Amino acid sequence: MGLDFYTGKLADAVNWARKFSLFSYPFVTACCGMEYMSVAAPKYDIARFGAEFPRFSPRQADLLIIVGTITERQGPALRRIYDQMCEPKWVIAFGVCASTGGFYQNYSTMPGADQVVPVDVYIPGCPPRPEQVLDALILLQERIQRGEGHSQVMLKAEQKNGGGYDVPTTAIRPRTSHLPGGDKGGGGNVGGGNVGNVGNVGKEG
Amino acid sequence: MSQNVLDRVKAQFTAGELVETGAQHGDEWVRVRRDSWVAVATFLRDDPATKMEMFIDLTVVDRFSTEPRFDVVVHLYSVSLKQRVRLYGGVTEDDPTLETLVGVWAGANWFEREAYDLYGVRFKGHPDLRRILMYPEFVGHPLRKDYPKEKRQPLVRRQPNSVD
Repeated sequence: MGLDFYTGKLADAVNWARKFSLFSYPFVTACCGMEYMSVAAPKYDIARFGAEFPRFSPRQADLLIIVGTITERQGPALRRIYDQMCEPKWVIAFGVCASTGGFYQNYSTMPGADQVVPVDVYIPGCPPRPEQVLDALILLQERIQRGEGHSQVMLKAEQKNGGGYDVPTTAIRPRTSHLPGGDKGGGGNVGGGNVGNVGNVGKEG
Repeated sequence: MSQNVLDRVKAQFTAGELVETGAQHGDEWVRVRRDSWVAVATFLRDDPATKMEMFIDLTVVDRFSTEPRFDVVVHLYSVSLKQRVRLYGGVTEDDPTLETLVGVWAGANWFEREAYDLYGVRFKGHPDLRRILMYPEFVGHPLRKDYPKEKRQPLVRRQPNSVD
């Protein structure tokens, strides 16, 4: 009983520390990036919330901010970025394109980044106002404090019964089209073109 | 714009090599038969009266349900003589091939790759005809009019789980 009380309070303290020291990785792909810069700049000053430090390595970041349109071709890269981040980690979809694909409804655009990575907070807008971004950050902070972030819940499930990790349905495999004998782009089967190279994944990593 | 470029082309090539020529609002265009595609391009580049040194653009129009189905469109500009011309090369749906222009203007390389990627027009003799915008796993050519408008070919997806 006493231990439960103690760990509960410890988690609160840890989450309190986490929510005011978010290290963000800005995955900026499109015009929303200008609005992201505005949020980061002194006028709106995301530093007031302890999240002013963009780390351009996913290994040093715990907040993935997906800023802009995600194409299907970028999917494996985005997933790899997310997988490289240490847990617990959080994801913000910045703008309608990252949230739903926005007005792009075609062969190349992913209908929302949540097709590939779990998203904690969605920010609508094309682009969103900086105030909306700060509002989303406050929402995320509340969620972190409650321990309800996606990876926090997954971590808890993993500690309880093992194996709560978020998995992609398609294995990410290395691109071979630039190699001699690689896929020349003549239209191989999706997901089946380079099966023979899957064995190299470990070596290349 | 004068008829200068069209006059030079018509003086040099016969009806067996050109389909037709025309001009509208000062823009001149030449519809070229497939077999003389490179010859006409080379002539336009080298002739002292046309001097098309600059390759501006290469794209494709899909005139779905007509034949020839695809029009390869090339825009050329002469920097020294300040004149333009537009080339059309019709290719059929059954055999969407055309000789490459990479040997005439090196800049045509990536444009032809793009045309191949999005429309499936094959350029014979191209040094490196791979997809340039879509990923190698992509099947089909997405800007063709018969490509399903909302068909997607994802590389990776995540599984929904209990948290979602």
